[in-house]
Amino acid sequence: MSNSPLLSVSNLCVSFNTPDGVVQAVNDVSFDLFPGQTLGIVGESGSGKSVTASSLLRLNNSVTSTTTGSVQLEGRDVLTVDEPTMRSIRGQDIAMVFQDPLSALNPYYTVGDQIAEAYIIHHSSATKDDVRARVLEMLKKVGIPNPEKRIDEYPHQFSGGMRQRIVIAIALINSPRILIADEPTTALDVTVQAQILDLMLDLQRETGMAIILITHDLGVVAEVADSTLVMYGGRIVERATVSEIFATPTHPYSWGLLGAVGSLDTSTRGHLTTIPGTPPSLISLPTGCSFHPRCAYAKDTGSRCTTEVPELHKVSGTSSSSACHMSDAQLVSLGARGDTL
Amino acid sequence: MKQAALEAHNVIKYFPTGHSGILGRPTNEVKAVDGVSFSIAHGETLGVVGESGCGKSTLARVVTRLIDATSGEILMDGESISHLSGKSLRIARRKLQMIFQDPYASLNPRHSVGQIISSPLSVQGISPPQGVKARVQELMELVGLNPEHYNRYPHEFSGGQRQRIGIARALVLEPTVLVADEPVSALDVSIQAQILNLLETLQAELGLTYMFIAHDLSVVRHIADNVAVMYLGKIVEMGSAQSVYTQPGHPYTSALLSAVPVADPTRRGRDGRIRLEGDVPSPIDPPSGCRFRTRCWKATDLCASTEPLLADQGNGHLVACHFPMETPVTLGNTQP
Repeated sequence: MSNSPLLSVSNLCVSFNTPDGVVQAVNDVSFDLFPGQTLGIVGESGSGKSVTASSLLRLNNSVTSTTTGSVQLEGRDVLTVDEPTMRSIRGQDIAMVFQDPLSALNPYYTVGDQIAEAYIIHHSSATKDDVRARVLEMLKKVGIPNPEKRIDEYPHQFSGGMRQRIVIAIALINSPRILIADEPTTALDVTVQAQILDLMLDLQRETGMAIILITHDLGVVAEVADSTLVMYGGRIVERATVSEIFATPTHPYSWGLLGAVGSLDTSTRGHLTTIPGTPPSLISLPTGCSFHPRCAYAKDTGSRCTTEVPELHKVSGTSSSSACHMSDAQLVSLGARGDTL
Repeated sequence: MKQAALEAHNVIKYFPTGHSGILGRPTNEVKAVDGVSFSIAHGETLGVVGESGCGKSTLARVVTRLIDATSGEILMDGESISHLSGKSLRIARRKLQMIFQDPYASLNPRHSVGQIISSPLSVQGISPPQGVKARVQELMELVGLNPEHYNRYPHEFSGGQRQRIGIARALVLEPTVLVADEPVSALDVSIQAQILNLLETLQAELGLTYMFIAHDLSVVRHIADNVAVMYLGKIVEMGSAQSVYTQPGHPYTSALLSAVPVADPTRRGRDGRIRLEGDVPSPIDPPSGCRFRTRCWKATDLCASTEPLLADQGNGHLVACHFPMETPVTLGNTQP
C-alpha cells in the first residue's frame, strides 16, 4: 500500500430535505482510501453508509440534498467538478456495484449490450468488434460459463449470482481504480456470496483497485476487508484495522454489534447480548452522542454524553480511532475484555 | 418416546407449471417439497436451513395448512390435520400459528395494533375472560411492547417492534406450536438478537414448540435443538444442532457451513475451505439420483443412478449421502 491516498474524504456532510424535516444522513465523515485497499463500512440501516457511498459518485439528488465537505480524487474535488468531468469519473475512476442485481439490470436489453454500453460511453471510437471482444473478455473474467452464447441472453435467463457477476463486469469493464460495492452479496445465498466475494478479491489482486465494501455483515468484513469504518447515526464512531475491530473494539456500539452476531461456534444456547432500543431517527438525532440512549456506559461519563458530540480521536495504545467520551484506557480495557453491552 | 408436538410424514408438494393446448393443462411440475418427514418433540425447536429455492418456505406453508400438500400427512400431537377442513381445521389452527418473514408486509397498515393482535380471537370467535383489550395488552407487555400503544398503527413502529406485533398475534390463541418463517432476516443485526432472545424467553415461559426456518446458519445454531438441512425439496441431513454443526455428514452441509463468513479475521484464508460451483439446479427437472451430485466434488456414477436415502449415522444423526464426510469438519471449516 502506498502512502498517498487515492481518495480522500474530509468532513463530508449530506442532508436531505423531506416533508418531515431535514434528514442529516451523513455527518462529518472523513477517511482516506489507498490503492489496493479494501475498506469495509459497517452499520445498520439508516446509519448513512449507502449515502456516503453515493456521495462519492455524486449520485444524490442535487435539488433535495445538500452535500458539503470535500472528496479529493487525485487533486480533483469530486463534489465540485463540472458535470462532464464527473461523467468521466463515474465508471472510469470510480465504479459501483449495487445490492440487488435484478433491479440493477435492464430486462429489455441483452447482458452483452448492457456491458458494452458502459464501455462505449468511455471509448466512443471503439469498433463494434473491439467492443464485443472486450465484453467477452469481461464475461470470462467474472466467471460466466459459455460466454459466446450467454452474451446475447437477457437478465431473466441468469440466476442471482450470475446476474451479480454481470453487474460486476459492467462496473469493471473500464478498469476503475475504485470499486464501491453497496451490499453486493446481501441478496444472495451464502454459497453464492462466497463465490462473489472470492471473485471480487481475485479481480482486486489482478488490477490493484481499491474497494469500498458496504455491508451490515461483520462476517463479510472479517473475511475480506483490510480496515473498517463503523457508522452510527450518520457519523463514524470507530475506525480501525480489521484485526483490531475484532480483537479490541474501542466503541460501545462496536461491542454491542459484535455481541449481537451469533456465531457458528457458540455451542451454548442462551441469550445473545443485544443493544437495547432501536437505531435513532435521522430527523431528530439524540443530542450529544447519538448512541447515548442505547449505551450502557453513558451514565459513567456524566452529562457529557447527552450534551457534547464526541470527536473521533485516536485511542492511545491502539491504532484505532473512536468517538466516545470514555477515557482511552477505559475503552482499551473494556474492548480487550470483550465486554459487551 | 415422547409424543411429538408436530410431525410430517413424507410430505410432497408439487406446483403445476407450464401450459399447453386449449385446456391449458400443466405440462410440468415444480417439485418444491419432495418427500419430507420430521418430528418435533414438545418444547423443542427444529431449525430448517437451506438456500433460496430449497423448499423451506413451502414446507412451512404446507405444515400450517396454508397450502395443501400434494400428498403426505401432517400430525399434531399424534392426530392428523391433513384432512381437516372448515371448522375442525380452524380449531386445529388454534394450536398451530405462524410468524412471517416481512414485518412490513404481514401487518395490515389500516388496522391498529389492537385490531391486528385481536383478529385471531374474532376469527375464532373466542372472547377471553378478561376482555379482548386486556388480553391484547397482556400480550403486548409479554412481547415487550408498550400496552399504551394499543391504538397505534403499524407505520408508527420500527421493524423490530412490528415483528413483536406479529409474534403477539401468533400467541393470542395460546398455541403450542409456532412455525416461524425467517422471522429475523428482514431485521438489523442488533434487532435480530432482541427478537431471538424474545423467542427463547417465550419458549421457556410458555413451553412452545418451534419450527424455525432460516437461511442464516448462525441464527439457527443459536436457537435450534435439532437442525434439518434442505436441498432442492429434500432433507439431506438432520440431527441435533451440535452434531450437524460440528460433524456434518453431507457434503452440502459442509459446503454451506464453510461458506458462512466467520467474524474472525485471524481465521481468514483458512485451508480446507469448500467452494461450491454454480447454482442450485431447477426444481422442475432435478438431477437424477442424488440431487446435489451436480455440484458435489465427491459424486460418482452411483450418485447419478441411485438416490441416497436418509440413513442414521449414529445417535439419530441422519444423512442422505452415499459417501458421507468422514473426518469431522470443524466449524467455519477450519484447519487451525
